[in-house]
Formats: sequence, C-alpha cells, structure tokens
Amino acid sequence: MQNTKKVINRGGSSVNPGGSYWMWYILPALLVYAVFMAYPLVDSVRISFYEGTTQARTFVGFQNYIDLFTDEIYSSRFWNAFGNTWIFFAFHMLIQNCLGMLFAVILTNRTMKGRPFYQTITFLPVTIAVMVTGYLFKMLLNPQFGGYTLKDWGLNFLVHPWLGDKNTALPVISLVSVWQWVGIPTMMFVAGLQGVSDDILEAADIEGCNNWDVFWHIKLPIIMPVVGMIAILTFVSNFNAFDIVYAMTGPDGQPSYSTDLIGTLFYRYGIAGEHPVGIPTPGIGAAISTSVFIMLLAGVIPTLRATQGKE
Amino acid sequence: MKNKKTSSLRIARMHIPSHIIMIIWCFISITPIALLIFNSLKDRKSLFMDPFGFPLNITFDNYTSVIKDSNFFRYFGNSLFVVVGSLTVVLLLGSLCAFALAHWKGKASKIIYFFFIVGMMLPIKIATIRLLELMKVLGLLNTLWSLLLVYSAMGMPIAIFVLTEFIRSLPSDLYDAAYIDGAKRLKIYYGIVIPLIKPALATVAIYNLVPIWNDLWFPLIFITKEEVKTVLLAVTRLQGQYATDWPKVFALLTMSALPVLILYLTMSKQFVAGLTAGAVKG
Repeated sequence: MQNTKKVINRGGSSVNPGGSYWMWYILPALLVYAVFMAYPLVDSVRISFYEGTTQARTFVGFQNYIDLFTDEIYSSRFWNAFGNTWIFFAFHMLIQNCLGMLFAVILTNRTMKGRPFYQTITFLPVTIAVMVTGYLFKMLLNPQFGGYTLKDWGLNFLVHPWLGDKNTALPVISLVSVWQWVGIPTMMFVAGLQGVSDDILEAADIEGCNNWDVFWHIKLPIIMPVVGMIAILTFVSNFNAFDIVYAMTGPDGQPSYSTDLIGTLFYRYGIAGEHPVGIPTPGIGAAISTSVFIMLLAGVIPTLRATQGKE
Repeated sequence: MKNKKTSSLRIARMHIPSHIIMIIWCFISITPIALLIFNSLKDRKSLFMDPFGFPLNITFDNYTSVIKDSNFFRYFGNSLFVVVGSLTVVLLLGSLCAFALAHWKGKASKIIYFFFIVGMMLPIKIATIRLLELMKVLGLLNTLWSLLLVYSAMGMPIAIFVLTEFIRSLPSDLYDAAYIDGAKRLKIYYGIVIPLIKPALATVAIYNLVPIWNDLWFPLIFITKEEVKTVLLAVTRLQGQYATDWPKVFALLTMSALPVLILYLTMSKQFVAGLTAGAVKG
C-alpha cells in the first residue's frame, strides 16, 4: 500500500522524484533558452550603458540615451524612425486588422459556400518570406515593369515611382505588408468567432437583431481577448519590422529616410554601421533596443490587462 | 406570402455581397503571386512586351541559369539543415521539458514555466547585438550552428507553452496505471506521452518552420561566407547581381518561395492551426 502511494505521488516529496529528478528533463531546454535568448536579452540592457565593443568597453552611464534623445543627428533619426513606425503600425491596425475582422465575419457564415477556398487563398501570402514579397512588389511597382501596358489600358494614374517618392513610399510599403499579413488576423478571428455559441445567435435572431447589432453587441465583446492578442502581436511585430524595408527601399529607408523604421535604424546603428562610415555603435544600438523593449512592455501589459482580464 | 419569405431567405443564403468581397480580395491576394510565377517563365523581351499576361512561350531558361550561376542547391541544403536541426532540438528538448513541467507540481516548476512563457512576448531581435558578440566569442560566426542555436532558443517558449498545456490536458489515469506498474518515467515519456502529443508537436513544428525558413535577419548578421549562406541570404545577393534581368529575379524568388508554398497547399489546415497558435491565450 505504502509502496503504491509512493509511486503515484509524483510531487516533490523526498522519497519520490521531485525537483532534482525532473531537472534532468528540464535542464537541456532551459540551457538553450537561457544562453541564447534570455541572457542576451537581459545583457543587451547592460550594454546600453557602455561604449565601445567587446575588446574595449567603458561604462558611460546614461550617455548613450542622452545622445540618442538629444544629439542632433541621432535624435532626429530616432524620432523620424519612431514616427514612421507608428504610421506603419496604424496602417496595420486600421486596414489589416479591420479587413481581417470583416473576412472572418464573412467566413464564419455557416450557410455560405466556398469558405475553405477563400480561406486558403487569403492565407496564402503569409507563407511567403517577407523579403521575397518585398523584392516582388519592388519590381511590380516599378514604372518600367508595367508602365507602357498600363498607359495603353488608360490606367495612367497607376504609373508612378511609388517607392521613389517620399510621400508615397511609406504608405505603399505599409500596404504591401498589410497584403501579406491579413491572413493571420483573419484566421485568428475565425477561430474566435467559431466559439460564439449558436444559442446566443439564435436568441438574438428571434429578438429581431440585425447583423450589425449582433456583431457590435454580441460577437465583438465575446472575441475581445482575441482582438487584444492581435493588437499585441501587430504592435510587437511592427516595432521589429525590418525585412520589408530592407527589400523595398534598402537599409537606409530611402528616399531621404522616409521609410526608416525602428528596425532598420537599429540595424544601421547597432550592427552594420551608418552609411557612409560603416562602423557600428553597439551602445547606441542597445539603447535603441532597450527603449523599444520598455515601450513594448508599456504597450503590451495594459492591453493584456484590459482585454484578457476575465480569465 | 410563405413562398416570398422562403425565396428571400434563399437569396440571403446566397450571400452575394460576401462572395463579391471575398472574390475581390482573393484576386488581390493571388495576382502578385501569379505574376511572380508567370514572369519567371518568360524571356526578357516578352516580359516587357506583356508583363501582365500568361506566358505564351514558356521557357525554363531563367531557372537553369540561376541554378548554373550559383550554388543554389547548396543554399537549399543549408536552409534545410538549419530548419530540420532546430526543429529537432525544439521538439525533443521542448517535449522533455514540457513533460517534466506538466508533472512536477512544485513551486520551482511554476517559476521555470513562467520564465519560458515570458519569452513568447519578447522578440529575440532586441538581443541581436549581444548574440552577435556571443557567437564571435564561441567562434560560431559564419557557421550554420549559430543559426541553429538561435532558432532553437527562439522556438522554445511556444513549444513549452503549447506542449505543457497539452500534456496537462491529457487524462491522468493514462499515466497512473503505468506508474503503478512501475514503469520508468523515460519510458512513459516515449511510450505514452509522445504518441499522444503528436498533433501538438505538429503545431509547434509548423509555427516555427515558416519563420525559420523565411528568416533574413540572423543570416544577414551572422553569415558572410558563401558556402554557409541560406536561400534567403543568397537571394539578396543574387537579386542585386541580376539587377535588371527581371525574369531571372522572378525565377529566383519563385524558387525560394516554392517549397513552403507547396507544403502549405498540401496541408493548409495544419498550417493555419500552427501559424495562429499564438492566439490560444498567451
């Protein structure tokens, strides 16, 4: 009897395998994660207080942050990239996520035919590498590609150096990114909406609610946690976006830094070095990444609280 | 009266506006991809004569010259090695760890679980400067191991989250009987747990597969040597080299996108489940 009990109890008691036993299962994964993700993440914060590279690193306190926010060149580049990233983010929130919601409402109509087909196509661009999408659209948007044909068709307004004009470059890049990612919110909202019970919808139907009322007062409140999750995912991924700009307008965010995002700015200062000098300043780069990190936490935690509260 | 109602219901059930919206969007989604593939099959002249049309004289010359000009299969092998290697590490170590975290009911277990989960919200790119230095110190720059290790670490949080939750949801009498029989834990792990969590393993694999195959950031920073380039990194160089030879660039892009595209079209259900796994309450 005692023997059986001993075997079933798999808690941390001294007779049975507890922490020290389970550690052998946990340690390998923990080690990989700690060394190659957790430690570098935390240590990046430390580096933001230093100057120079690994060989000669001196503590400079908050100097990197002071430079980043007050130095004429650094701060103008930083605030420019910061503003551009918010514009980029706004496009995704307003267009990508609203379209995703619309498609999801359509695709959860049980009486509608052809839904699997539409889902498959809508999700297709998600599987293509961002950089491939970027290079592809860079060619398609080039006036040399379809300019003559479009003029023949009377579609002159479509012929424009979209990526060379600093007023259109950022919106166009944002729309390309929206084109690529719309499948993710669509499918997440579909998953959320499928959880809305039929009883509630039937009751609403009997009460004479129209589709619009059903959406605003029943479906939307129920899938609020999914909305919050998508807002967070969009926020985090947009503040790390890099590939799309690198492919379409280059790491300098041309023309004249109008498409420079936090991601490309971080790449130039922290890793590749700013053109034309080409010497990276890891301290400034780490200060950028730490600022982004703090900002992400400041955005993510309240959103989580507001939308995931009930669970 | 009754007839009128059923016929209006029938019309409502046809969802005409919904179909129109979805057809327009599907057209917008598919056109650029179609243009990518069509134009990779044209020669230079017909591309510029008719950039939006279906290729009339299909030619595979662009593909053969891309393959001839570069070590395309080499890059392919490198990408495959990194993807398969890091997925193996994530699935093996992740499932062992999740098995322990799901069964060990100590306080430390909760803390370790939380430590992993925090990583789901934090983009690893933020740590790049430190990772670059770390790889330099370890002598792993310009090796595929640097990518394999970073991707393994990056995939761990979602693996621990999905697998631990999944193992916890399994009915406990499944193991209790085995425990009473005196089975070894490791045997329970590979005899009982692994076969049961296969769907969750597939979700984790797909969730990580696409971002790893499609990643440009880490190869761009860790790799400069020709022999260890991944497909995407090679694409950045080759597209610059071809510059104005657009049909070849189209062929190059098609070749790098096709493997994942085909995989998606053959198992789209698992893909959607895998890539939206982040939504299952973070």
